Amino acid sequence: MTAQTEETVAPDLLYSEAEDDLRAAVRSLLADRSDAPTVIARIESDTPYDPQLWRALGADIGTAGLLVPEKLGGQGAGHREAAVVLEELGRSVTPAPYLTSAVVATETLLALGSEDGPVAELLAELAAGRKVAVLAVPFSAAPEGSSAAEAVTGSLDGTVTAVADAAAADVLLVPTTDGLYAVETDAPGVTVEPLVALDRTRPLATVTLAAATGTCLAGTEAARSALRRGLLAGAGLLASEQLGLAEWCLTETVRYTRERHQFNRPIGSFQALKHRMAQLWLEVVSARAAARNAADALATGSPDTPLAVAVAQAYCSKVAVHAAEECIQLHGGIGMTWEHPAHLYLKRAKADAIAYGTAGSHREAIAELMELPAP
Amino acid sequence: MTAIDAPELRRRTRELLAAHPPATTGRTDFLRARFDAGLAWVHYPAGLGGLDAPRSLQPVVDAELAAAGAPDNDPRRIGIGLGMAAPTILGFGTDEQKRRFLRPLWVGEEVWCQLFSEPGAGSDLAALGTRAVREEADGDWIVDGQKVWTSSAHVARWAILIARTDPDLPKHRGISYFICDMTDPGVEVRPLRQITGEAEFNEVFLTGVRIPDSRRLGPVGAGWKVAQTTLMNERVSIGGSRIPREGGMIGPVARTWRERPELRTHDLHQRLLTLWVEAEVARLAGERLRQQLVAGQPGPEGSGMKLAFARLNQEISGLEVELLGEEGLLYSDWTMRRPDLVDFTGRDAGYRYLRSKGNSIEGGTSEVLLNIVAERVLGLPAEPRNDKDVAWKDLSR
Ligand SMILES: Cc1cc2nc3c(=O)[nH]c(=O)nc-3n(C[C@H](O)[C@H](O)[C@H](O)COP(=O)(O)OP(=O)(O)OC[C@H]3O[C@@H](n4cnc5c(N)ncnc54)[C@H](O)[C@@H]3O)c2cc1C
Repeated sequence: MTAQTEETVAPDLLYSEAEDDLRAAVRSLLADRSDAPTVIARIESDTPYDPQLWRALGADIGTAGLLVPEKLGGQGAGHREAAVVLEELGRSVTPAPYLTSAVVATETLLALGSEDGPVAELLAELAAGRKVAVLAVPFSAAPEGSSAAEAVTGSLDGTVTAVADAAAADVLLVPTTDGLYAVETDAPGVTVEPLVALDRTRPLATVTLAAATGTCLAGTEAARSALRRGLLAGAGLLASEQLGLAEWCLTETVRYTRERHQFNRPIGSFQALKHRMAQLWLEVVSARAAARNAADALATGSPDTPLAVAVAQAYCSKVAVHAAEECIQLHGGIGMTWEHPAHLYLKRAKADAIAYGTAGSHREAIAELMELPAP
Repeated sequence: MTAIDAPELRRRTRELLAAHPPATTGRTDFLRARFDAGLAWVHYPAGLGGLDAPRSLQPVVDAELAAAGAPDNDPRRIGIGLGMAAPTILGFGTDEQKRRFLRPLWVGEEVWCQLFSEPGAGSDLAALGTRAVREEADGDWIVDGQKVWTSSAHVARWAILIARTDPDLPKHRGISYFICDMTDPGVEVRPLRQITGEAEFNEVFLTGVRIPDSRRLGPVGAGWKVAQTTLMNERVSIGGSRIPREGGMIGPVARTWRERPELRTHDLHQRLLTLWVEAEVARLAGERLRQQLVAGQPGPEGSGMKLAFARLNQEISGLEVELLGEEGLLYSDWTMRRPDLVDFTGRDAGYRYLRSKGNSIEGGTSEVLLNIVAERVLGLPAEPRNDKDVAWKDLSR
């Protein structure tokens, strides 16, 4: 792609009726089963993930298989729908292996293009919400120039740190120097050691493989491009999670500042605060356009996808962090407490800003794609 | 009546082109014929330049005409008329007013200006003091006052004007809305030179200007409500067409970056990429707004886009001056001129930098727009105010 390339088809930046219906279903489930006190209680337990919630979300509503074609056991929907699910998961900071398993691992497997055999079998399990798989790469790995694959050698020996959702996974997708392997987490030689993470709603772990065995899913070249594809989808749809998160922060802040009185007025009537919230609203509106554009590009397989994803990530990470920081500041002392959910959002937003490439690394990708080179 | 769809519009456009071949028809004649065929603004009513068709179908006509090399009206030169006067006249005008004003406005034979701001009433527009007093004898209005920052007053044939018709009422309620003939005796236009060296706007002195009652727009005392329509249309710049990537101010900067490697520094690179992303996202947000309008689900996003573009224009043009280094120290021409239109393209970086400072002031300042977003979109409480139930004449000034 060069700077001269324009999008071929106009991106559809709105939500369809089916997407709105899906949102309503996911939102009502999460309102019931994943409210803030529940999430806070969960992250302090040994199992941040609620397996029953995951079954309801992934299997019963069928969100786990949105990206998977029907003939492989999925819903045959697409990235636009998965993006809506992520908006809701971001809005509720629900701990669930959706992004890592139903998007990144699933997309990586789909990129291998197998109609039968172990890849198709695993896809069917993931789509049905029966299994969780994660890519054994650091959560910070960017789609471009990810060297994670080199960490593990052909004999399946090695260590990968900061793997998101590994503790919840049944299967690890391990990129190695000679291909992509599927390794069961309970296989001999596999250890998953939980880490103390900044964002406890998305646990991280160190994965160690010591003469472990796995099923080879693809050779080096195919594995490399599938990995890139998986991470690209992850980065692109992460923008929707960031959007949902930012939206919650803004809505809550507006609600609180309308109710809280100081100086005999609602604090939301002070212009110094109003302008900050109006500015945030503008950022959220813009983030929605960027996130929708990335989801649509992924869904339609547009040649514009790498640019759309990089733009969405470079923009939306900043908006989510800004929204969470403003949420805490405008709540005053209560915003600093453990009981108030604001901190969950700040931690998620800050971790998301590093996930699948920082804004800076995405800007570098844009410099390359748009021929705006560094000096 | 058959519904007007894209093929039907294409058929009518071809009919117009056959009857008035652009190659042999004069510009004005062609534009008049286009208006009369209902192909000027297809979403306007039949007989008033439109066909009651969906607004989203306008590009069908435009593309067809562009392909045939037909002359266009000049939306930049007639921007105030097109963007503000026309929707207000359509919404509040009498049939006679609509018939009289819309055609020459659209064709560009008559340019409009906006006599709203006054030295004592800018952001607080409803505080205006220009008086319109009704004559017992014939019902005409006699207008006295001073307006300021009036863009294009020196080329305008007509003006939309708000004036106070009842000083005993609270400020928002005693205002009426008029169409003012800029060639009338008593209208005096004096250039105001601005930051760029040019005189794009003016002071306008109104002394005993006689306006017949038939040029009042909307009921007596309802001027503030009518003005809301004008202001809303001023702020919600409804881009009917898609903006291409790098279509705005970021375009010239990106081109310079590509063509002149000797100007590149690491600091400028970081800032350029950040602004490039923001410009691209603002373009997408504008596109999303356009799609919402076409789908008949207008969102409140419109009020935000002006804010975004004002800030971006200022930051990008500021970066451009720095990027140019030595050249950025120069300016093309400080001669005092009175331009017909504002043209950002085809001017140098210094001009863009200076002119874009007006983007966060004209058409409502960014501070005022943030207030509007906070109160009307987010529902935050209004500022306490002490001018709501006081007669205008009793307000302290
Ligand atoms: C290039 C240009 C072209 C223009 N063309 C026209 C035209 O054709 N016709 C026309 O009628 N007018 C025109 N204007 C006028 C424009 O609409 C006014 O300048 C504008 O509304 C601001 O009013 P003011 O200049 O009196 O500033 P003021 O209202 O005095 O504002 C001064 C500062 O105070 C801030 N401020 C004021 N009130 C508030 C508040 N409530 N909360 C927070 N901050 C506040 C403002 O944001 C600003 O920063 C033009 C202006 C420019 C710059």
